[in-house]
Amino acid sequence: MKFGIVVFPGTWSDRDCYYSLHNILGQDAAYVWHKETNLSPYDCIVLPGGFSYGDYLRTGAIARFSPVMDAVAEFDKKGKPVIGICNGFQVLCEAHLLPGVLRQNDHLEYRCQWTYLKTENNSTIFTGKCRRGQVLKIPISHYEGRYYADDDTLKKLEDTGRVAFRYATPGGEVTREANPNGALNNIAGIINERGNVLGMMPHPERSCEDVLGSADGNIIWESIIAGI
Amino acid sequence: MPVSKETLDEIALSQREYDLIVEKLGREPTPVELGMFGSLWSEHCGYKYSKALLRMFPVTGKHVLVKPGEENAGIIDIGDGQVIGFKMESHNHPSYIEPYQGAATGVGGIVRDIFTMGLRPIALMNSLRFGPLSEPHNRYLFGGVVGGIAGYGNCLGIADVGGEIYFDQCYTGNPLVNALCLGIGRADNLIKARASGEGNLIMLVGADTGRDGLHGASGLASRTFEEVRELRSAVQVGNPFMEKLLIEACLELAGTDWIVGMQDCGAAGLTSAIIEAADKGNSGIDIDVSKVPRREKGMTPYEVMISESQERMIVIAKKGYENKVKALFDRWELHSDIIGRVTADGIAIVRDGGKVVVNAPVKILNTPPVYRLRPQRPGWLDEIQRLDLNKIKDIAPKKTGEMLLKLLASPNICSKHAVYRQYDHQVGDNTVVLPGSDAAVLRIQETSKAFSMVTDGNGRYCYVNPFIGGVIAVAEAARNTACSGARPMAITNCLNFGNPEKNDVYFQLQECIKGMTQACKKLKIPVISGNVSLYNETRDVAVFPTPVVGMVGLIKDVKHHCSSGFKQEGDIVFLIGEPANGESLGSSEYLEMAHGMIKGTQHIDIEKERRVQTCVIKAIERGLLNSAHDCSDGGLAVALAESCILGDTGFTGKIEVKGRLDAALFGEAQSRIVVSTCPKAAYRLETLALKHNVPLARMGVTGGAQFTIKGYIDLPVSRLHYAWWNGLLNY
Repeated sequence: MKFGIVVFPGTWSDRDCYYSLHNILGQDAAYVWHKETNLSPYDCIVLPGGFSYGDYLRTGAIARFSPVMDAVAEFDKKGKPVIGICNGFQVLCEAHLLPGVLRQNDHLEYRCQWTYLKTENNSTIFTGKCRRGQVLKIPISHYEGRYYADDDTLKKLEDTGRVAFRYATPGGEVTREANPNGALNNIAGIINERGNVLGMMPHPERSCEDVLGSADGNIIWESIIAGI
Repeated sequence: MPVSKETLDEIALSQREYDLIVEKLGREPTPVELGMFGSLWSEHCGYKYSKALLRMFPVTGKHVLVKPGEENAGIIDIGDGQVIGFKMESHNHPSYIEPYQGAATGVGGIVRDIFTMGLRPIALMNSLRFGPLSEPHNRYLFGGVVGGIAGYGNCLGIADVGGEIYFDQCYTGNPLVNALCLGIGRADNLIKARASGEGNLIMLVGADTGRDGLHGASGLASRTFEEVRELRSAVQVGNPFMEKLLIEACLELAGTDWIVGMQDCGAAGLTSAIIEAADKGNSGIDIDVSKVPRREKGMTPYEVMISESQERMIVIAKKGYENKVKALFDRWELHSDIIGRVTADGIAIVRDGGKVVVNAPVKILNTPPVYRLRPQRPGWLDEIQRLDLNKIKDIAPKKTGEMLLKLLASPNICSKHAVYRQYDHQVGDNTVVLPGSDAAVLRIQETSKAFSMVTDGNGRYCYVNPFIGGVIAVAEAARNTACSGARPMAITNCLNFGNPEKNDVYFQLQECIKGMTQACKKLKIPVISGNVSLYNETRDVAVFPTPVVGMVGLIKDVKHHCSSGFKQEGDIVFLIGEPANGESLGSSEYLEMAHGMIKGTQHIDIEKERRVQTCVIKAIERGLLNSAHDCSDGGLAVALAESCILGDTGFTGKIEVKGRLDAALFGEAQSRIVVSTCPKAAYRLETLALKHNVPLARMGVTGGAQFTIKGYIDLPVSRLHYAWWNGLLNY
């Protein structure tokens, strides 16, 4: 299978995604320029983190109009997997491929730190290799990561098992203290209705080797590889 | 036409310097030429007061590929065809006037120095000094600077792995904001900052040119502050998104054979970029400023030539390849315009359409005078170097716990996580030891190697004794490097001093450089790059002489790296080095906190220092140590407490008191490292210490939840942690 890693002007997680997929997991991966409109060579599309178009105006607001995003929407319609990480999650929300929005952190500061994610749903193609409730150690790095949706949307997400990950303590307890940005219901990642699009604020490509403090992010990639 | 004093003041040239220009040119300079001289002959670009002193530094070594001044940053060879380049630079004055943009563009500038050479920037560090945060204006500066570093740096995708932050009253009118950037690349792919080859094309790439940053180099960085408001236009405004595009585009370009050189527009903008590149290439240049894209209307050639608008690069394209270069930048949605060409005659010609506004030899423009002033030891040094211990009451045993908590919570010692967590320190998939340990450690992908990074510089020690302070700045950086298990490779530095035209400031500068030189030579660590920031004064009050040393070390096998927190229960804790005597209280954190004085000189035996460091490095390389932490601010008790806090484990042991109790606990005697080892390895550590002729004292064991120094301190680690963790937040 082949991963396509989208590069917008201002994207910086592209290289880390490539490193973890190609160098660590031995997968076929390639960069996809934001002007590309043909995604047929790829089995999974990655929208990496960074500051696409400087995140001027609003995070992800300009990137959603990139030519590649029409192709990503088509890709999604075919039910193929798309994963948006950090800025990629923001872009997916702006493009309405995922519901809700990522607002400024409640403390109004950038945060780069380890977080512990409780796997809420291990039957998605992104989490199939996780045990139910497994806690993954994966870092965040963002200023706008506070997940927000209206009450109806939130209820729908919760009722249909579409919350993939929640910020938790290392022991897996979902507490206010474990929430690094004020996200509603400690939400760190969600999937779309069809279950083929995942958006998450933490960076699995950063926890790809023990020497970096954690290799838990690989479980997400391995789930995708096994799921296709 | 005689020149007015006002005109010369504006560009910070003296009448004698003007006369020298007239003599060298054989005529009066044109207005644009004069502006260019002002910039190039400023201290900031020309190092006219510091150059003679900087020549003392050792600059060669078996790993050194590029020495200071040869390119934008120094470069070392780390083997396997890979190289590392790094440099530190100050942005003190802009950060005082406009803290967010000043600090942001400081990051932008140092990053450009690195990728200009074809190296991918992968790590940043910052060394910051502020006045006490109890004063609202200092708090404003602090918040702005940290925000600017985070706002700009995070956007670039370069890991900011920390650095250091200190507070002292002397920095109130003049904060220090030093930024270090490190890049990695291949030895066979380096780009030079030179314009050569007659007919090759000079292209200006990136942002448009505006009126921001006029007289940044000559006016701002080379003078003291009188009235800051009028200088606001001398501060530039950064666009990190543009910088990120420039990084990617320029690194792509560095992989082609379409160019002969690349240079960033930093201080003094186009003037220094073009003239320095032409000088290095022994060439001339012929450019037309009317081809320079402008941000605003009505800019004069003078303004275009000295504007410090950010995110601009000069690319010297091989003749015939200019369209390929342009296409590459177009793809990254960046402007690139041909503004002139390289000539062979060594003359700098600047045109404004049909009119020649500059016609002067490159060598004359780029050869500022070098001054050697008469240093004078200030009389007040005698007073502050004398510390009469008889007049200072020793601490009562029952007060020691309280003092430890106070020191841990003090702004210079407490955790700086509230700052570092705002910096993206993990992007790049390289960061092994995060900010907060003695040194940051980053691994080198696709090898087993890693490197350490650290910045250090104690202004207080230098204020009391500039020579010893200089020695310690280098020694402490090396000690922190050793504590990570790395062998020091090279240093960069930022020398933050007052007005060098004052004899006593010049004395401080000279003595400090002498001290640093001695330490570098004894420890065999070359200086590969650096920057001098002088005129750090406001209303005649100079900052402490503050040399900041940035050091990079190499770890052969990342498996054998080390950090400062204890790792497990039941480990044995040793002190490598000797117990502290009363003199170690000199200029210490404790002395200021408990007795309100900055007095007394520290001592260091650099030979002993070298043995201690070698012993620790070897012990880590052999896998004998589980932690290593340097005793610095706050002394042995603070070092032990920090290892407990960072490792989330207790300690029970004893401390040897010879003479004063306060010195034994809180004295800052040099050349000491607290290490922990599992009991099985203890014997091998003792043997190693003996072999290296290094004192080793068993202090106690790790474990439990209590921090106990028998007879004196008995506190839960959670209380230590609380004090330390919240120190900055409660400051």
